[in-house]
Parts: sequence; C-alpha cells; structure tokens
Amino acid sequence: MSGIPRKTAELKQHGGLNGLRDTGLDEAELLACLARTWQTSKGLYGWLATVDHKLIGRRYVVTAFLFLVLAGLSALAIRFQLAAPEAGRISPDLYNQLFTMHGTTMMFLFAVPVMEAFAVYLVPLMIGTRNVAFPRLNAFSYWIYVSGGLMIWVAFALNTGADAGWFSYVPLAGPDYGIGKRPDFWAQMVTYTEVSALAVAVEIIATVFKLRTPGMTLDRIPLYVWSVLVTAFVILFAMPAVMISSTMLILDRLVGTKFFDPAAGGDALLWQHLFWFFGHPEVYIIFIPATGFVSAILPTFVRRPVFGYLGIVLSLIAIGFLSFGLWVHHMFATGLPQLGESFFTASSMMIAIPSGVQIFCWIATIWGGKPIFATPLLFVLGFIFTFVIGGLTGVMVASVPLDLQVHDTYFVVAHFHYVLVGGAVFPLLGAVYYWFPKVTGRMLSERLGHWNFWLVFLGFNLTFFPMHILGLQGMPRRVYTYPLDSGWGGANLFISLSSLVLFAGFALFFLNMLLSLRNGRVAGENPWDASTLEWATTSPPQSYDFAHLPVVTHREPLWADPDTFPVVEGLRVDAREVLGGTVADAVPQLRVPSADNSIWPLLSAIAVGGTFLASIYTPWAVVWGAIPVSIGFICWFWPKGEPEDEE
Amino acid sequence: MLVLATALFRGRLREASRSPLQIDSHQERRLGIAVGSATALTVLVLTALTIGSFFAGKSIASLSGSEVITIRVTGHQWWWEIRYPKIASSQEVVTANEIHIPVGEPVRVKLDSLDVIHSFWVPSLAGKRDLIPGRPSELTLIADKPGIYRGQCAEFCGYQHAHMAITVVAESREAFDAWRFGQDADAIAPASDEEHRGQAAFLGTGCALCHAIRGTPAGGTVGPDLTHIANRRSLAADTLAMTPGALAAWIADPQSIKPGAKMPSIALSADDLNAVVTYLGSLE
Amino acid sequence: MMRRPVVDVSRLPTYDFGAASPMWWGTLAFIALEATGFALAIGAYFYLAVQAPHWPIAAPAPDLAPGTAVLIILLASIVPNHMIDFWARQQDLSKVRVGMIVMTIVGILPLIVRIWEFPALRISWDQNAYGSIVWFLLGLHTSHLLTDVGDTIVLAVLMFTQKGTAGRRLSDVSDNAFYWDFVVVSWAVLYLVIYWTPRM
Ligand code: HEA
Ligand code: HEA
Ligand code: HEC
Ligand code: CUA
Ligand SMILES: [Cu+2]
Repeated sequence: MSGIPRKTAELKQHGGLNGLRDTGLDEAELLACLARTWQTSKGLYGWLATVDHKLIGRRYVVTAFLFLVLAGLSALAIRFQLAAPEAGRISPDLYNQLFTMHGTTMMFLFAVPVMEAFAVYLVPLMIGTRNVAFPRLNAFSYWIYVSGGLMIWVAFALNTGADAGWFSYVPLAGPDYGIGKRPDFWAQMVTYTEVSALAVAVEIIATVFKLRTPGMTLDRIPLYVWSVLVTAFVILFAMPAVMISSTMLILDRLVGTKFFDPAAGGDALLWQHLFWFFGHPEVYIIFIPATGFVSAILPTFVRRPVFGYLGIVLSLIAIGFLSFGLWVHHMFATGLPQLGESFFTASSMMIAIPSGVQIFCWIATIWGGKPIFATPLLFVLGFIFTFVIGGLTGVMVASVPLDLQVHDTYFVVAHFHYVLVGGAVFPLLGAVYYWFPKVTGRMLSERLGHWNFWLVFLGFNLTFFPMHILGLQGMPRRVYTYPLDSGWGGANLFISLSSLVLFAGFALFFLNMLLSLRNGRVAGENPWDASTLEWATTSPPQSYDFAHLPVVTHREPLWADPDTFPVVEGLRVDAREVLGGTVADAVPQLRVPSADNSIWPLLSAIAVGGTFLASIYTPWAVVWGAIPVSIGFICWFWPKGEPEDEE
Repeated sequence: MLVLATALFRGRLREASRSPLQIDSHQERRLGIAVGSATALTVLVLTALTIGSFFAGKSIASLSGSEVITIRVTGHQWWWEIRYPKIASSQEVVTANEIHIPVGEPVRVKLDSLDVIHSFWVPSLAGKRDLIPGRPSELTLIADKPGIYRGQCAEFCGYQHAHMAITVVAESREAFDAWRFGQDADAIAPASDEEHRGQAAFLGTGCALCHAIRGTPAGGTVGPDLTHIANRRSLAADTLAMTPGALAAWIADPQSIKPGAKMPSIALSADDLNAVVTYLGSLE
Repeated sequence: MMRRPVVDVSRLPTYDFGAASPMWWGTLAFIALEATGFALAIGAYFYLAVQAPHWPIAAPAPDLAPGTAVLIILLASIVPNHMIDFWARQQDLSKVRVGMIVMTIVGILPLIVRIWEFPALRISWDQNAYGSIVWFLLGLHTSHLLTDVGDTIVLAVLMFTQKGTAGRRLSDVSDNAFYWDFVVVSWAVLYLVIYWTPRM
C-alpha cells in the first residue's frame, strides 16, 4: 500500500524518530497504516496465528457458551432421571458421570473461562489501549483451555467421563476406588484450565497496571475493570492450590505416591483443604466479574454514574481478600474443632458485609436515577433479586448447626444455583445484550430479549426455589434416585418441568443471537449512550481498537467530553505499539512494542497439551514431552526481526 | 426488595432531559446516609447471627459426654456395619443397616470407614458427621420420641450412594433390652429340610466367603452379617423391604436391583434359591 | 466526534527496566503465583508432619551434603546475578555477555548436584506420605531451576547474535535476573524445610 514508499521520506520529516508516526498523518492514511500493521491475515493460518484480543476473546466466549450448552444438556438429563422416584431411565454409572460433567464443565469450562473471555475482549477497550500486555500468552491460554475441554468431553463420549463429583474427593477419586482413567482425565483437565486461567490473570494484571491510557488514574478505572483486576489477583493466589492438589492426585494414581493414603501417613482431608482453599475463591472468581457487569450496565440504563464508586472498589477488594478465609465452611461435617469452625462461620458472615455494600450502592444508584427498562437492565434487576436470596441462604449455611443439617442436600444445591445462575449467569446474559452491539455491530432484538429474560427468570426460580424445600425435607444431593415413599416425587416432577421453561429461555437466547447476527439493527458506535471508552470506537472495533488512543479526564469520559475527544499522538503506525504508563496515575512512560501474530502459541499449546494427555498413560511423557515443549517456547520468544528491535 | 421496587418506580416519574452527570448533591448525601445505615444494620444482624450460631453449636456439643450406650458404625460401599460392643454378660454383636436405641438416652456413635468417605445422617435425630478413612470420629444421637427414623449416607461415595440408607429404631428401654438380648444369641439352627438345604447351599455356593452367620461356619466379613437378618426391616441398606419375595429377588440378581453393589449375582438353581430364601427368612 | 491531540508520546523510549516495564510485572505475577504454590506445598508438608506420630515417617533425616552444596552454589550465584542486572541496566553489552556465560554455568552446576540430592533424601516417593512430599518439594524446585536455566541459556545465545543488540533484550536479561533471585530465595526456604525440619 501507499505507506511503504513514503516511509523513508516520513522518517526524515520527523527528525530522526524511528518508524512512521501517527502525528499529522491524514485520517485515511492513518487508518490504512494501522489496519495493515494490526491486521490478522486471511485464511486458516491467520485464524490460528492471530493474537488480536478481540478475536481471541470472541472465540473464548463462543467456546464457553458451547460448554454451557453441553453442561446444560447434562442438567436436562439429570432432571429427566429425577423427575420420578425410582426411575430407571439413567443408570447410576451414567448419572454419576453426568452430574460430575455438569458441575465440572459449568465451573471450570464455562463460568470461569467466560468471565476471562469478556475480560480479554473488554479490558483493552475500556482502558484505551490496543491489545493485552502479553498477546501471545493470551492466544496460548485459549488453546490450552480448548484442549482441556475437548479432552474431558471426548473421554466422556468414550465412557471415561469423570464421575467423582466436581470436587473429586479422595479416596473415591484416588488410586484404589477411582474407576479406570476417569479421575486422571478430570485431574489433567483441571491442570489445563488452571494454566489457562493463570495465564489470563497474569496478563490482565500487567495490562491494567501498565497499559492504561493517559489520564486513567486509579480512581478513574471503570468498575468493571476493577472487578476483573481483583479477580485476576484472586486467581493468582487460588489456582495454585488446585494445581498442587490435582498434581498430587495424579501422582498418587500414576506413580504410587501416598499423599492421600491414610495407611501410609497420608490424609484424605489434605485434599479437601487444598481443594477448597481454591474452591471457595473459585466461586468469587465467577461472581466478582459478574458484579463488574452490573456496575457497568447499571449507570447506562439509569442514566447516572454509579453511587459510591469508592465503596464498591473497596468492597471488591475486601471480597477478594476475605474469600481466602472461608474454605472450611465446605467441611463443617468433617468434624473439625468447634472453635476453628466458629472462626469460619464468622468469616463467612463477614463476607456478606461487602456484598451488602455493593447491593446497597446499586439500589441507591437506581434510586437516584431514571431507569430505562432495556433487556440488560432487566437482567441486572433479576440478578439483584436472585442474588440476595442466594446470599441469604449462604449466610444460613455458614452457621454450623444449620449446615450440619442441610450440607449435601438440595438446600445447598439451591443455594449455589441461586448465586451461580442468579448471581453470575444473569449478569452475564445482561452483559451479552449490552455488549453484543459493540462486538458484532448489531443490536439484539429487544422483543425476544424481554421474552428471554422472563422465561429464564421465571423458569429459574420455579426450578430452583422448590429445591430449598426438598433440602429441608432431607433429600440428599448426588443421588441418582430416591425412594417412592419419600414424598419427594411431586416436587421433583415440578422442578423437572420448570427446567424446561428455563431451557426454552436459553434456547431463545441463542436464537436471538443467531437471528440478530444477520438481521439485527445496525448499532453504531454508542447505541446506549454509555460513558466508558469501549463505546468511543467503531462497532465492531477495528483490529487496532482505537485510531487515536483516547486521553481520559473524567471517570465517565464519554459523558464528560462528548464532542471533542482528547487523544494521544506520536505512536508508531508501521509497527505494533501500545502506550505504557505508571501504575498509579497512568502517566505515559514507554511506547511498548506489542507482539505480532504467531503460530507458536498454538504449537506450544499442542506440545504442552499432548504432554499432559500422554502423562495420563505414562509418567515418562513428562520427560519426552519436555523436548517439544521447550522447542515451542523457544520459537515463541525468539525475536524474528520485528521492526521494534531496530530501536 | 421493597426498596428496590420503589427505587425503580420513583425513577419512572423523573423528567428525562437531565444530563447523566448532573447530580443533586442533596440527594447524594441522603443516599449516602441510607447506604451507611443499611450497612451498619447488616453488621449488627450478622454479629447477632454469628453469636447465635456459636451458642447453638455449643449447646449441641454439650450433649456429648453423657452417653450410656456406645455403638460403632463402619461405612462400606454401600452399606453400614454396626457393632454393639460387649457389655457385662453379653457378647459383641455385629449387624447391619439397622440401629436400635432406647428413647431419651443419648447414644454415642463411633464412626469409621474402611473404603471411601461416607457421612452418617439421620435428619430427625442429629446433624451429619463424615466417616473418613483413617480419621475416626463420633456423634451423639438422642431420640425424644419412639419411632422409626430413616437416615441416609450424605457424602457421595460412588455408584450406590443413593441406596445407602440406615434405619434407626427408637424404642422403650425394655424393648431395646429385649432386642439387644435377642441379638446376643447365635443364629437359629435350621429346623425343616428346606432350611437345611438352604443352609447347605449357603455354605456351599460361596455366600459364606462374604457373609457371617454366627453359629455356622460362615464367617465372611465383606458383606453384612446375616445372623439375624430376618429381624431387619429392610434389605441392602433400605433398597428393598424385607419380604421373602424381595429376598429371593435380591439373591437371584443383586446387580439389577442395586447396580454396582459389591455382591455378585450368583447362579443358584431355582430350588436352591428358594431354600436359601427360606433359610435366611428363618433367621429371626 | 472531534479528536484533539493533547499528549505527544513520540519521544518516549520503547523499553525500560524494572517496574516501568510490563514484562517486569508479568514476571512478578508469575513469581507471586509460584510462591503461592511453594507456600501451599510447604503447608501440606507441615500438615502431614503434624498428623504423623513420628516425623520423618520410617526414614532417617535426609543427608545434608548435596542440598547444602546446592544452597551454597545458589547463594554464591547472587553476586554475578546482581552484577549482570547492573550491567544490563548500564546497557553494557560486552559485560552482559560474560555475565550470561557465568550465569549459565552457575545455573547448570546445581542441576548436576541435584542428581545426588534425590537419593540423599534416603526415602522413595512411594514409600509413605513423607517420602511423597519431600520428593514433591524437591521436584517442584527442580522444575523451576530447569526452566530458569533454559531461559538463561536462550538469552545467553541471543546476546551473541545480532538480536541481542536490541536494547529491550537487556531489559529481558534484567527480568531474568529478578526471577533467578526468586529461585535462590525459594531454595533457601525449601532447604530449611526439607533438611532441617526432620532434625528438630
Ligand atoms: C457465585 C458463587 C457463590 C457465591 C457468590 C456464594 C456466596 C456465599 N456462599 Fe456459597 N457456595 C457456592 C457458590 C457461591 N456462594 C457453591 C458453588 C457452593 C457449593 C459447592 C459444592 O458443594 O458443590 C457453595 C456452598 C456454600 C457453603 C457450604 C455449604 C455446604 O456444602 O454445606 C457455604 C457455607 O457457609 C456457603 C456460604 C456462602 C456465603 C456466606 C456467601 C456470601 O458471599 C453471600 C453474601 C451475600 C449476601 C448475604 C446477600 C447480600 C447482602 C445483603 C442484602 C445485606 C443484608 C444481609 C444480611 C443482614 C444477612 N456457600
Ligand atoms: C455456573 C454453574 C452452573 C449452572 C449455570 C448450572 C445450571 C443448571 N443446573 Fe447445576 N450444578 C452446578 C453448577 C451449575 N449448574 C454445580 C457446580 C453442581 C454440583 C455438581 C456436583 O455435585 O459435583 C450442579 C448440580 C446440579 C444438580 C444436582 C445434581 C445432583 O446433585 O445429583 C442439578 C439437579 O437438578 C442441577 C441442575 C441444573 C439446571 C437445571 C441448570 C440450568 O440452569 C441449565 C440451563 C441451561 C441449559 C438447559 C442449556 C441450554 C441449551 C440449549 C438451549 C441448547 C440449545 C441448543 C443448541 C444451540 C444446539 N445442577
Ligand atoms: C463377593 C461378596 C459376596 C458374596 C459372594 C455374596 N454376598 Fe451377599 N452381600 C455382599 C455385600 C457387599 C452386600 C451389601 C450390598 C449392599 O447393600 O450394597 C450383601 C448383601 C446381602 C444381603 C442383604 C443384607 C442386608 O443386611 O440387607 C443378603 C440377604 C445377601 N447378601 C445374601 C447373600 C447370599 C444368599 C449369597 C450367596 C448366594 C451372597 N449374599 C453372596 C457381598 C456378597
Ligand atoms: Cu456412602 Cu454415600
Ligand atoms: Cu464457599
């Protein structure tokens, strides 16, 4: 294109500055240069090699939703079996695999990844930069995630699905009682997804700390970005626990270590401590970004900034911290000393305080604003209603005497679906309605959206509310059937029928997306008249996100400065470059070269994935696999004469 | 919730033209006070709940220490082994899936597991307590009213976690003593020909490898002790009611009734089967 | 919407050292998560130790010699490591080249000694939980050592090729030195746990 012959002339013109800069370029030329520099090449290779955070974020979201469908269909199968007492529709063997796959997939392959996926897509746009800090790591994390998910579902299709529950307690999952290779696949899948989650966490932290656009001081960071940042820290300190424990499990099963074997000095509770040290923060890893969605959607649809910005930020940080002091509340029935248990009761109750503060701030925001009842807001309202109920049952089970009754019953099942579906999936659906126009350039249908909301909202409550009652009546969870004379048949039938309503709601959701992708109203840059930076660029955004990096002077930049937008100049346009700034005040410090497309993250992921997979069959795989893995990583990092190396 | 509804309704009445950044500082202050007091109230309520929970836990814990009777319960995939330790004149009694306790007396239940984690839970009598291999624990049961209480394993333990129930019979002290005395006795010797044939088949076809019948050579410990099997109310951890038909069905094909159960389906001729059922049915 | 340029960044450098560089933060985040892993593994060690009636279980305390040798080598490596960091920040390529060779050797040495360290534990990993956890700790540290030595070798090779002259490679050298400090410190802690806890 025309930029190349001009380059040398351009260099002279700018007095010794390296490369072509955006300063003074006319708009058309600027866009052409940027497009060429940041493009993803066409064809399969381009698709596999891209490091564009939007493409990766998008495929992350799509993949996560596919896993939602798989896990949701397993739930439907579960409900089919439970609809009648002593029903023989599904064998216990299959049932155990189904609920394990449902829980495992929902937690590890849907809920956590989908939250990361949104972060990967949105964070660079919201903080005004062009890519995440480590774009290749980002691509790598996606490929590792898909391989883990594929592996466990292929194993399930081959009747080797995990079947010891989503927390795979030993000894049931250990060498003596775990069936075949089932727990091995489970444990390795966990390792894959943890690697990918940790990779995303690291890159989010570096991105938010260093790549914020000038003027975006700490107190101007959008609340959603705050929530993702806190989540990244929680991931950083929680996920190693499950990596350690799943490695120990694999070692016990494959090479005969004795970590969990009481006969040889091991301990079954060690697993539970390690797992829940991760497992409790895990649920906040899902929940905190969801509160970020709420804080992003709410101001747009009640037409005012969120009330109590500082209070919400502090609550997020407090939830992040406190989430590490609660794990034993999943283990009350193991009979730990009473004083210890009281400590965990108290800390579990304490976490209700920051959660409450957030709820109060949102209600105050609504109080002081003027709500517009678009679908995203409906989901937010549905969230507040549902989450408060789920939170209250959470506070109830935090009390030891009560928990000893309802632990491992449908009461707990009800609690966690209220907080997971109501607390995380509702905001997520709202977020899809909210950002769909940004991502695709088209609006989702509002009419279908309202139907979608009401079906999901009513279907959900009809499905899960009766579970509280079943739990109080003593119906245990994870049973493939229950006695005829238990009297639980009616309620279970009702639940199973209601879950069809819920299913219809989700079906409508997917239908709406498919239809709107082709026929939706064209969105334009800022269809909701929202205030944050992602709305300051085209929909969908170009590969370079912003033609000029925006400069921020206010917490709600697009409301404060709707007409003349202050921007940065002086960045290169012939090489990928983003702007690095100070952590606290985002004062520009560096023009940071940003990695170009590369196939090596994919190849490395294949090497790492293959090694993990083979290690299920022989421990030597770790030794042999080290060779392709190191080749992969070396090629990934080996500089290949990128333009930025000239400086 | 009410506040939320009002908040929504209020907003609708407001005029639309305002810029989103125009904020009424008066109102902000009032909102601040509201949020602050709601938070303070939350703190108060939670403190009260925590303290309440602590004392409730304490009063439950204070039950222990006063027990007269001790029972040992061992969890197996997927049934309960129950032992009444030797006291004074009686011997140790081993039974399965059915506990008898005297009404009104606290009973100490010592819990252990030899395979995976189970959880002992009789909802109407006490909270649950896990049975963790290598970590013996205990629990205090007390029944205020006579009755039959159903309990259920509450920790997922594999295929038949669903069919791992336990029956607790709470009865008067006299009835309990009578039951305990009855359990002391060895198994009733076969009387009729049919029963003799049944015993022979039982001892001859491998049943005795896994099951014990006190007073006969059968001494297996893999499965439940059958010395007084006919006395129990249900079969295979409350999977079936105790009837001759159910007994026959169970012995003929346990795997179709309780898939995965650790008892194999053993081919018995129809006559042997009937004889075994008659024999076991006589073991009151 | 009108665009109004207000910040000119054309004269900013493209790399810097320490906290100014995003890569440094990435390294710090990795150190944080790995340190968490170490801390939890050490937690598991003490958890098992407290459960056991005797610690170590059915084994003598490990032989001190190889582990101590590794400790001495690693502690000694701090000096060249910090010199290399300093030279990298000075952008003194020829000194950095020498330093990278030294660091490669200092990195490989403990790996060699480690071959004797596993038998010096005087218990096998599958004998009991004590054996499992000490092998686990040692294995965890060895894999860190391996990765960082690999990283050092790659950077050393880069320093001697055309690519090494780019200033931002020196920033990578500095980050690598930062990570090496973590490898050393984590060994100092693990050394105390593995070798001295059984002697108490
Ligand atoms: C998004 C996920 C999520 C969230 C946010 C929560 C939030 C909470 N959870 Fe939940 N929980 C799960 C997911 C989640 N949980 C899952 C998946 C399990 C089961 C795992 C398994 O076994 O499979 C579980 C299980 C679980 C248990 C173990 C139960 C058992 O197995 O026996 C406990 C016990 O304490 C508990 C407590 C809590 C508490 C106290 C909160 C608090 O954070 C809630 C705080 C919120 C509020 C209280 C509402 C808002 C506050 C106000 C409006 C203020 C006013 C309130 C008061 C005055 C009380 N949870
Ligand atoms: C984010 C987490 C999440 C979500 C969203 C859900 C969603 C649902 N869950 Fe589940 N659940 C868990 C996490 C979750 N669950 C966990 C962690 C466990 C514990 C597991 C364990 O014990 O180990 C559990 C356990 C669990 C049980 C208890 C099983 C047992 O103990 O035996 C039940 C029973 O009813 C259940 C039901 C449901 C239902 C009906 C939904 C519904 O909301 C699902 C609705 C979604 C769909 C129905 C999919 C929609 C698909 C379509 C519309 C298809 C469209 C078609 C095409 C595009 C081709 N779940
Ligand atoms: C390999 C071991 C094994 C063999 C052989 C075996 N059983 Fe069993 N049996 C078990 C186990 C284990 C159970 C408990 C099953 C459960 O409830 O999950 C059981 C349960 C029973 C019960 C129900 C006991 C109760 O308290 O509810 C009866 C009756 C019984 N077996 C009879 C027999 C007879 C008759 C035979 C021989 C034809 C036999 N068993 C052979 C292992 C065995
Ligand atoms: Cu035993 Cu569940
Ligand atoms: Cu929890």
